[in-house]
Amino acid sequence: MYPVLFYLFAAAATGFGLNLVLQRHPLYSALSLIGVMASLASLYLLLGAEFIAAVQMILFAGAIMTLFLFVILPLPLLHGGEEAGWRRSRMVKHLGAPLLIVLLSLLATVIDRQFPPDSMVRFGTFPGRTADIGRQIFLYYILPFEAVSILILVAALGAVVLAGKSASKSD
Amino acid sequence: MIPISHYMILSAILFVLGVAGFLFRRNLITMFLSVELMLNSVNLSFVALSYYYRELDAQVFVFFVMVVAAAQAVVGLAIVIALRRNRGSLHVDEMDRLKR
Repeated sequence: MYPVLFYLFAAAATGFGLNLVLQRHPLYSALSLIGVMASLASLYLLLGAEFIAAVQMILFAGAIMTLFLFVILPLPLLHGGEEAGWRRSRMVKHLGAPLLIVLLSLLATVIDRQFPPDSMVRFGTFPGRTADIGRQIFLYYILPFEAVSILILVAALGAVVLAGKSASKSD
Repeated sequence: MIPISHYMILSAILFVLGVAGFLFRRNLITMFLSVELMLNSVNLSFVALSYYYRELDAQVFVFFVMVVAAAQAVVGLAIVIALRRNRGSLHVDEMDRLKR
């Protein structure tokens, strides 16, 4: 059962990721990114990281993607994509995809040699409880936690300034 | 039973897809979504390594990566909105001037 679930969600993530790159309009790319995130959340569950899976669904697939969709939806749907092959060099067209496949196979061989072949993932053997993660954050990572909260505050203020200023300028 | 390397290879596949989307697509929002895909693939390798080493620190780092990704998405989308208001297009090849 466990390998079936893993390969199902791995195939779903890869397919949605491929769809993200190949779609013409960003709206479909954003929807397939939601698919990637949902599959990854299931994979996190299979790895025993329940808290991360929940945060992935709430924060990424919920909040961030809603933000993306609100920005994308005002775009014109039909000609909002990109012109095919507009000012694209010949080298990129012919060499880009093969070079990426070479990079991927290199990465795969390195990763395959890095880990001992008997290191298996068994479902339910890693007790990554949420309480332990909270203890870890508030005991050892309290300074990064505070820094990140200030970062979020500054980012929200910056977004208001950036998106609001241009509106008054274009009037 | 799945070898841990399969998780890492899936993470590599997703990362390379994100790189491909960032390099080959010329729409600003699609490039942005590809960056998010890369962040997610790195998160997957973090969680897999957290399982491998039986350490929770990696999951804490995934949490921080998610928060930073949220901040990056907020600022980036604000820039996208500003660019679209000022230029009317999101094609990155047309953004070749610093002034309007």
